[in-house]
Amino acid sequence: MSHSRALQAKPSAAAGGQAKPIDSIAGIAVADPLLTVADLKTYFFTRNGTAKAVDGVSFAIARGETLAIVGESGCGKSMTALSLMRLVADPPGRIVDGEVVLDGVDLLKLPEDEMRAMRGRDISMIFQEPMTSLNPVMTIGRQIGEVLTMHKTMPRDELQKKVVEMLALVRIPEPAQRAKEYPHQLSGGMRQRAMIAMALACSPKVLLADEPTTALDVTIQAQILELIADLQRKLGTAVVLITHDLGVVAEMAQRVIVMYAGRKVEEASAEDLFAGPLHPYTQGLMASIPRLGLMRGESAKTERLQEIPGIVPALYSLPQGCVFAPRCPRADDKCRSEFPPYEEKHSRHWAACWHAGEGKERAHG
Amino acid sequence: MTTTLDHSAELARAGANVSTRWQAIRFLARRYPLGAFGAFIILIFILTALLAHWISPYDPTLTNARASLAVPGAAHWLGADFMGRDILSRIIGGAQISLAVGIGATVLGLSVGIPIGLASGYFGGWLDLIIQRFIDIMQSLPLLVMALVMAASLGPSLRNTIIAIAIPLVPSIARIVRSNTLALKEMPFVEAARAIGIGETWIAARHVLPNTLAPLIVLATAQFGSAILVEASLSFLGLGVPEPYPSWGRMLSESAAEYMRTAPWLVIFPGVAISLVVFGANLLGDALRDLLDPRLRT
Amino acid sequence: MTGYLMRRFALMLLTLFGMSILIFLVMRLVPGNIADILVDSAGIVDPKQKLKIEQELGLDRPLIAQYWQWISGLARGDLGYAYVSERPAIEEILPRLPVTAKLAVLALVFSVLIGVPLGVISAVHRNTFLDYLMRVISLSGLSMPSFWLGLLVLMAFVQMLGWIPIYNRQPDSIWAEIGLLAIPAFVVGFRSSALVMRLTRSSMLEVLKQDYIRTARSKGASEKTVNYDHALRNALLPVVTIIGIEAAFLLGGLIVTETVFNIPGVARFLVEAIRSRDYPIVQNLVMFIAFVVVTVNFIVDITYTMLDPRIRLES
Repeated sequence: MSHSRALQAKPSAAAGGQAKPIDSIAGIAVADPLLTVADLKTYFFTRNGTAKAVDGVSFAIARGETLAIVGESGCGKSMTALSLMRLVADPPGRIVDGEVVLDGVDLLKLPEDEMRAMRGRDISMIFQEPMTSLNPVMTIGRQIGEVLTMHKTMPRDELQKKVVEMLALVRIPEPAQRAKEYPHQLSGGMRQRAMIAMALACSPKVLLADEPTTALDVTIQAQILELIADLQRKLGTAVVLITHDLGVVAEMAQRVIVMYAGRKVEEASAEDLFAGPLHPYTQGLMASIPRLGLMRGESAKTERLQEIPGIVPALYSLPQGCVFAPRCPRADDKCRSEFPPYEEKHSRHWAACWHAGEGKERAHG
Repeated sequence: MTTTLDHSAELARAGANVSTRWQAIRFLARRYPLGAFGAFIILIFILTALLAHWISPYDPTLTNARASLAVPGAAHWLGADFMGRDILSRIIGGAQISLAVGIGATVLGLSVGIPIGLASGYFGGWLDLIIQRFIDIMQSLPLLVMALVMAASLGPSLRNTIIAIAIPLVPSIARIVRSNTLALKEMPFVEAARAIGIGETWIAARHVLPNTLAPLIVLATAQFGSAILVEASLSFLGLGVPEPYPSWGRMLSESAAEYMRTAPWLVIFPGVAISLVVFGANLLGDALRDLLDPRLRT
Repeated sequence: MTGYLMRRFALMLLTLFGMSILIFLVMRLVPGNIADILVDSAGIVDPKQKLKIEQELGLDRPLIAQYWQWISGLARGDLGYAYVSERPAIEEILPRLPVTAKLAVLALVFSVLIGVPLGVISAVHRNTFLDYLMRVISLSGLSMPSFWLGLLVLMAFVQMLGWIPIYNRQPDSIWAEIGLLAIPAFVVGFRSSALVMRLTRSSMLEVLKQDYIRTARSKGASEKTVNYDHALRNALLPVVTIIGIEAAFLLGGLIVTETVFNIPGVARFLVEAIRSRDYPIVQNLVMFIAFVVVTVNFIVDITYTMLDPRIRLES
């Protein structure tokens, strides 16, 4: 705890190189972290070279908090989540460095069987595709019951009761009947509810939600998000919400991390981030969302919907210097040659950019 | 977790830094050692068949009463059969027949199966329906039974044996080409070709066919092996390649029952030759499948 | 689902009908018939005699009439007369069926009992030494011609025991019979088990790549639970269809194996009939084999639809 206080007092990015990993966590904005991720590196070794899918990502999250990780697809946000679960497929992927400390335990140092005991009990995950993420030849009830039997011992009838209870908790109608059904008999929204029931059955401390609503209809999305937020309040679970949808972020998250090409480029409270994004990439992301006002034509004088030019660079051939420089309107020679330090630019608002905040007003218009 | 990380070693394992053809071959051989071994067997087999005339110690058809059932030794490395014919020479000669049948039947099967599958998948409709039913019919008989019936009705000759083995190979080729074509037909690049006014047959031949090549190469390798196996079975049953050609299968049927006790080399060596070549083709086919068909990668 | 099965059944009949035409034509549209062979073997050169034989056998009548005679007879259970033995074909075929059927069932049981567990183990331990070893063994099994394997087994009997199994008379007890048939059944089943193993392995690997396997892991499932509970259930579905593929494969193996072991079954009989161009026997046996293959595949289809909850409940 004193640890993170000290970090806040002295933004450490400048000294980051030599210090021990935990000290280089720039921007731990949490007083009493439940989960601390420090300098996490997950690399993929492929024929094309080393893809640094997660390259030195650090963050922390407090009990009951919601932290959003935002970025375009391929920026490493899903890999970050899978790394926390230690479910990165090896080969080709490998967690090569870092710490993931949950409640005082470094998950990356645990032997596999102890890590297995943590999964589903202390840290669990829901996935993007509710269609394919449930076992098609097992009933919903059995798949939920399995989490309980794996981590607890309870008599059969009590297990059955608990399963139905969980299904009721995620607001699936006729839970006793649904428990006997197979995944294909449920709609997409219902399946995602079942996934949530499964993930929360053991009341884990941390829930990793990897694009939980992306595959669902818009109307269902709101219901699922509301359900997650509601259960989080009830169970006190910390949620890491991975999404590319800034609308979802605004609705759910207290704090936000923006990732680009495997690195964290900005971190702030949701409020601060939306009020004044510092990194040009974040500004670009925001400028590319259609706003209701804009669509109604109210602020027609401001600019039209913008896109970020170019594409996310291939992870195995990252440019020298700032990884965003090739797409950045403000990039200069310094950006192209030297990676910008990750610094607290405003109070509790960090970014890695040589030109943080410039042109903010324009982009935010 | 791991504190030290040897990047270059990891990358070498994953196959980065492969630029020249020779490096690529060395990388593949290390990545697929079994496949490389298979390729090596097939290479030796092909060389043996091509150089048979020069490397064969005796004329494979030459009989020699004094060498009847000669034990493997200095004069006859792998022994001799009842008529005194040198087994090694007959195995080398048999390689020619096996290679001819393996390549002949596979190429013939491909050249009939590809157009059928392409037409069936690409043009669809009633043509597809008829072809599908015909394939169903062909596939309701085991490969060997179909080949047996065909070989018997065509009569014994090298050419007829090749035809008889090629016919039952056609359905699986046509089926693979068809299913690939069906998937490819809907691809944007085919749509694009159509949109700029390229003829249908041209699209099928120049855009769709090349994209089905990978599974075809894998299939052809496997069929090369099974063609050799079927030829051996046909010849063993007396319905394959006729005399005077030395055939591995027939060498076994001639010697089988009678000399099992007295001259086991007559049973062992031709069988080893068949098994080894088919094994090589199968190993190579497996490695090619891993390499060329990303869907099947483990 | 009933509609699907009806359609499937109709296709099956169509396939058999097509096969009957195909085999009939193949047997006749080529030069050289039984009359030639009989004439040759008897050393007769008189064309009149040959004509007479052809008349007796009905070979001079139009093809369509010959086909009709065969098919209408088949529908009544009359398979015509064997040319060589001049006895009713049915009397030649029926007594030879039981031994082949027993051999086939034994070989099938053998191949599934060995192939499926080994395939699963190989997939679970993928890319380990064990997996490589099992793959190499199965591949070499597939590469060995089954007649050669049969010869090696016989040779081992001769060299080591001094006797070989004889199949020409009925054994004293059922156990003696099973023991005796187990030898050729092993030879046929060994090759088939290699096929089953490979197909099981790839089916299992395919399942292990699915999202729900990752979900199971994220719940804290052990490797054992993941492999044998989550994956195996899904992988076994396609394995059922393997038995359909295997039926044809196994019948092919029986033909040479019965010949090697001198087993008086229908498979060896087919080879003999083909050699002597005994049309009624060949036609009927080929139809019978096609019938078995098509029926097995039909039954496999039904079983599959019953085993997969996704299909069962959609009806």
